[in-house]
Amino acid sequence: MFNKDSWKEIFDTIQKNKLRTFLSGFTVAMGILIFIILFGLGNGLQNSFGEFFTDDQINTIRVYPSTTTIPYRGYESNRRIKFTNKDLKEIKENFKSTIEDIVIRNTLFTQITYKQNSNSYQVRAVSPGHKEAEKTIIMRGRYLNEGDIINRKKHVVIGRLVEQDLFNGENSIGEYIHESGHSWRVIGVFQDEGGDREERMLYVPYTTVQKIQQNTDEIDQMIVVYDKNMSYDQSLILEKELESYIKKKKFISPEDNRGIYISNTGEGQENTRQFSSVLNIIISFIGIGTLIAGIIGISNIMVFVVKERTKEIGIRKAIGASPKSIIAMILQESIFITIISGYSGLLTAFLILNLIGDSLMEKYFISAPYIDTSDAVWATIILIFFGALAGYLPARKAARIKPIIALRDK
Amino acid sequence: MIEIKKLNKSYRIGQNSLHVLKGIDLKINEGELVAIMGSSGSGKSTLLNIIGMLDNYDSGLYSLDNFPIKDLDETKAAKYRNQFLGFVFQSFNLINYKTALENIALPLYYQGVSRKERQGIALEYLDKVGLADWAEHLPSELSGGQKQRIAIARALASQPKVLLADEPTGALDSTTSEEVMRLIKKINKEGKTILVVTHEHDIANMCNRIVTLKDGVIMTDVKIK
Repeated sequence: MFNKDSWKEIFDTIQKNKLRTFLSGFTVAMGILIFIILFGLGNGLQNSFGEFFTDDQINTIRVYPSTTTIPYRGYESNRRIKFTNKDLKEIKENFKSTIEDIVIRNTLFTQITYKQNSNSYQVRAVSPGHKEAEKTIIMRGRYLNEGDIINRKKHVVIGRLVEQDLFNGENSIGEYIHESGHSWRVIGVFQDEGGDREERMLYVPYTTVQKIQQNTDEIDQMIVVYDKNMSYDQSLILEKELESYIKKKKFISPEDNRGIYISNTGEGQENTRQFSSVLNIIISFIGIGTLIAGIIGISNIMVFVVKERTKEIGIRKAIGASPKSIIAMILQESIFITIISGYSGLLTAFLILNLIGDSLMEKYFISAPYIDTSDAVWATIILIFFGALAGYLPARKAARIKPIIALRDK
Repeated sequence: MIEIKKLNKSYRIGQNSLHVLKGIDLKINEGELVAIMGSSGSGKSTLLNIIGMLDNYDSGLYSLDNFPIKDLDETKAAKYRNQFLGFVFQSFNLINYKTALENIALPLYYQGVSRKERQGIALEYLDKVGLADWAEHLPSELSGGQKQRIAIARALASQPKVLLADEPTGALDSTTSEEVMRLIKKINKEGKTILVVTHEHDIANMCNRIVTLKDGVIMTDVKIK
């Protein structure tokens, strides 16, 4: 039955029953379109959700010094805790099996000048590992390196917006900026997905700042980067160990909650993961729901189409059509229509998702909506299959009816 | 051409069984034009449906061109219908989205005749029923008489051994009825065996032979000169 002539007969039928063809084709195309767009938008929501929480490196524990509230071992309360380079070295040594790096971050605010332009900025005196911890992206030049740290170089990496403010959009690499009597050479320009605030900052070697500030070896904040392969629970244990080690070292009462602050970014990560999986379930539910609705829609239209053709089937049988040829005719027609319209629905949906792009980010937190091609193709195949099945069952029934009964159909 | 012996057929309606044909004996020779008459419920349409292989029978013998017809499955019945029989119905039963020409060509499609050849044959029969100018018209653009003539052309296109007409003039006015009957007579004169089921005496009188059924039994069987 799959010869050229039978296809001609089918194209003929399709062409001459435009409304019927349009209705069934439209249902299929709509089913696919809605499925892909909803699924894509759901994925987009998940995308932007992921982005919110992954601006900073996730396998870190942040340690901040603070003020004690409980007297301990002869020390009075209200004592300011300070970390030093020595502490850093000892912690590194003690936890070397689980800790990859300890990143330093000393924060200060200062007035920066370049030629006529001057502005107040946050300056972070850091170690090179800070780049990964903060996910800083270098646009031009380079980040601080170990050489800068060891040689206490007056090198500075400036934010994209700092360059915009001070250099009026001109290239800043190699130029010198000034801060209360010191000149710093710009070696790199960065951007950061954390927003404008993060891009209005400057990074300098922490050792250089320690030298300028009367040769202290004070450290403000430590960002402990632990092994990526550690589970969340393992990182919690490390956090506890780290806390008690530092408290012991700095003579802080184990009961004192204030002497140091310690926070595990893995915690946020865990919450994100849980929320993500809930979101995932919701999206899957929407996807399966629309797919089922699509299948029901297609089945309905197919049953209707075959019912409408009962009399025609009777006539064809009376003049010599075998039941097989009737079924083949209806199946070929319905599969042809569903494939063509399913495919165009697929393409349209991809086009719409592309057009949407990031335009919904501001209001609806949907960024870069997408769907895996394989998911989309599977959905299309499922719809085509059920469309064909929904055509086959009533077609088989109609082909079995005796022609006299089918002919009585009005 | 058609030989029927002791043909019985009953329909089951709920608990009861309705005996519609009660031992019909009928022999129709090649080239005859036979009218089957009877009031409604006499069994004339059932007889035609059995002859047309659109319905089964319970007991008896039926052979068409010395070919026994019994317990055919749908696929075989469709094949025999296509080869042996042409149908003309009261309500024309043309496919409404196909043109006159395409309707006539359809039985040939199921015979596996090529598209070009189909067109040629269909055009020939369209001309024969005097509607060559209407080839590209849809059934909805044709009058009742024209539709029936298209239906007759379609029935003839597959060159059947027997033409079966079930109340072919039932939906037509008397002038058009006469035209259609004249066409049927003309086809008969060319040698085709034709059975016409009707309840109108005028129509029956235009045939060579009238078989009258009543309550599932043949009452009279008269030849007309």
